[in-house]
Amino acid sequence: MTSIKKDPVLVVLQLSGGNDALNTVVPYGDPLYADNRPSVRVPEEQVLPINDYIGLNPNMGPMKKLYDAGKVAIIQGVGYPNPNRSHFRSMDIWHTCEPDKVGTEGWLGRAIKEIDPNAENVLTGVNFGRGLPRALAMPGVPVASVGNLASYGVLTGIEDDDQRVEALDVFSRIYSPALGRGGVVDYLSQTGMDALKGADILSAAPEMYSSSVEYGSDTVGQYMRNIAQTHLAGFGTRVLYTTAPYNSFDTHAGELAAHAKLWSETSQAIGDFYDDLKEHDANDNVTLLVFTEFGRRVHDNGSGTDHGSGGMAFVIGDAVKGGLYGEYPSLAADKLLEGDLHFNNDFRSIYATLLEKWLGLDAKPLINGSFEQFDFI
Amino acid sequence: MARNDVALMAHLMRRAGFGAAYGELERRAAAGYEATVEDLLHPERHPTLETDILERRFTDWKEMNALEVNQAYWTYRMINTQRPLEEKIALFWHGIFCTGNSKCEHGRQIQLQIDLFREKGLGSFRDLLLGLSADPAMVFYLDNCMSHRDAINENWGRELLELFSMGVGMDGEANYSEDDVKECARAFTGWTITNAIPRYPYGRYEAGFVYNQADHDDADKTFLGETGRWNGEDVIDLIVKQPATARFVSRHLYNFFVADEPQVPAWQNTPPRDLAAIQALEAEYYRSGYDIGAMLRLLFNADFFKDARFAKVKSPAEAVIGTMRVVRDFTTPKPGLHNLAMNIRYMGQDLMNPPTVEGWHTGGEWIDSGTLVERINFAADQVGNLELPGVRDIVERVSTASDANDSSVSAVSASEVVDRCLDLLGGYELAEITREQLVEHVSRGGELTPGAADFSQRVGQTLQLIVSTQEYQFA
Repeated sequence: MTSIKKDPVLVVLQLSGGNDALNTVVPYGDPLYADNRPSVRVPEEQVLPINDYIGLNPNMGPMKKLYDAGKVAIIQGVGYPNPNRSHFRSMDIWHTCEPDKVGTEGWLGRAIKEIDPNAENVLTGVNFGRGLPRALAMPGVPVASVGNLASYGVLTGIEDDDQRVEALDVFSRIYSPALGRGGVVDYLSQTGMDALKGADILSAAPEMYSSSVEYGSDTVGQYMRNIAQTHLAGFGTRVLYTTAPYNSFDTHAGELAAHAKLWSETSQAIGDFYDDLKEHDANDNVTLLVFTEFGRRVHDNGSGTDHGSGGMAFVIGDAVKGGLYGEYPSLAADKLLEGDLHFNNDFRSIYATLLEKWLGLDAKPLINGSFEQFDFI
Repeated sequence: MARNDVALMAHLMRRAGFGAAYGELERRAAAGYEATVEDLLHPERHPTLETDILERRFTDWKEMNALEVNQAYWTYRMINTQRPLEEKIALFWHGIFCTGNSKCEHGRQIQLQIDLFREKGLGSFRDLLLGLSADPAMVFYLDNCMSHRDAINENWGRELLELFSMGVGMDGEANYSEDDVKECARAFTGWTITNAIPRYPYGRYEAGFVYNQADHDDADKTFLGETGRWNGEDVIDLIVKQPATARFVSRHLYNFFVADEPQVPAWQNTPPRDLAAIQALEAEYYRSGYDIGAMLRLLFNADFFKDARFAKVKSPAEAVIGTMRVVRDFTTPKPGLHNLAMNIRYMGQDLMNPPTVEGWHTGGEWIDSGTLVERINFAADQVGNLELPGVRDIVERVSTASDANDSSVSAVSASEVVDRCLDLLGGYELAEITREQLVEHVSRGGELTPGAADFSQRVGQTLQLIVSTQEYQFA
């Protein structure tokens, strides 16, 4: 664990739909790239070069800037054995670390349980977006799922402020666990109070926040802003999670235009997030993981790319030793796995590194096994 | 109409359907309880839902491949069906015979399986299992299309026994052996589909069931102690006569329709909550020749059912549909149907995409701090919307509450408002201490006079507080 005064915080940004690794970290120096991508190719002259072989997508300017400052670890060729090309199943595997059977507990849900075993802080884990990703699911672990931070809370449909205050007052008395009504009702009461408490605290975050950084109006931009607001408010939140819109990275058709927009928004949001934290001197204890459930097919389909396997992940932050990790998987036909990039880094190695070296937890029980760790932290 | 008769009818309709607005409850209560049970058990007495208007409204649905489109379609059906038990029994079987879009990636194919549950769900359990065994989505989901004469895949064979019919054990004993699983899988070799469920870029089209004799293992098998050249159908005949199957089906019916039991994996070692009720259902299972409708007739008419009001936590589908049927929104297709259906997912039940083949954990496990907020805010937004016909109807009925008819009393008392709202939402009952809080809250606003400017709004607020209570989360 690194020597920082404040508790380490992990932020996760999930890119749903399967981000095209080849057009993100572009192997422009490999002639096989052009051969395989007759239609869906980033032009060589536009790539933001990292070295003679690879470069970032031209829409990733802010991330390139962070990379040049040594704050971005690019994990190449990420995946797991016997890759699954179903969005849902592959995402489940990333969430639960259970490639062979269907699991229900998430790796971060378990981590939160380790960090705060008695659920003393209802905001140890916070998710932005509606519905809880399975990565955060764990019985007995309260995780607030915030659709919109500005309007998050209980009984938010009551527009009149005074009436809402009165209604919440009644709510808190009805849900008072002191009433002790037994069984499932008591559990509901406790849960209702947790939710109310979490919402109460969280709702203060936007008011406490001021910043010169203006995020984009897209979903990722706004949620990264919410994450910054929550972190800056100092609620003791240790795990923050958000997801790009459902399957937005699933670029089967019209990829070049769609992917450009996705990365311009995502990269901008990440850059803004870092700048925002820096402006508030709150950047040193935050590490951001950006991942997707799989990469896409090496050969394009004329307009987009289909589901593949080996992908790319990014770990970003001040504590991160920037650079390239793992090898860029070969594009040679005989090295491909059913037409897809072959992974050379297990995603659980990234998790193990973050859990052990960043959060200071014993990773093995959280990710169902021992995996080699990177030295990006 | 006696108040308790309507409240009992509300209970029946919540369980055998998705609840009903007060007017329907009164009509049904007037027709009689047993007559209503019969009516529910005979969906064919009522017309099927006109779903072609959905296609006219949502012209982009066409082949209905996406999961979300099928969820919206099912949501619409559950709200508007005139055959509530047909949809409810489909939801029941879907929670047991889980098939997930996470693997099939073809919502339409799973919708066809739901159709099977609608068609056969109230009939013979044997016929239903047979239909399930030949359902393309299931054959694909549990890999029976990958099970071959010379190389069996046990997935379907195992889950058919463990999750779909017998259960892993009862009374602390195992119900079958590992050898039975293998023999079961052998008996089903050759039960396959015409084509793999295809994906992009070739599009999706429906798979059909096909029996491939050449890939069937026709040799002797010993299954549950009986030896023969069993095929899949023979295996089902052997399964349905097992006491374990009678027990498993009875417990599932009880758990879904009567009262929350522990989660299914605990059943091997946890006795039923009400053994006498389970034994009555088991006896009916055999007497009727494995007829689910007959078991439900016994169940709905039994005291153990009538006495089990609010003994279950609503599933997300029940929470959403139940509220919609009372406020009577989305009675015709209109924009927003997809978003409405998504609320069921946000509350933790992604229909046609259960988390595992084990299905959803139910009862108290539906609730966490995120899903509870979703439930409360969703229901409060609906009942607080004074534009909706069902809410207007409730306001109207509260304004003509009993003591308002007395010319000497023009205002409706706070306790009358709370009690009427509870009745009109479906015979809900609050803990006395909670009821007192609500009455006090309503009183603080001063007199409630029908026709006064703030009357509707204050009734709406009362409804919002009621749906926020712990009690409203129970069915």
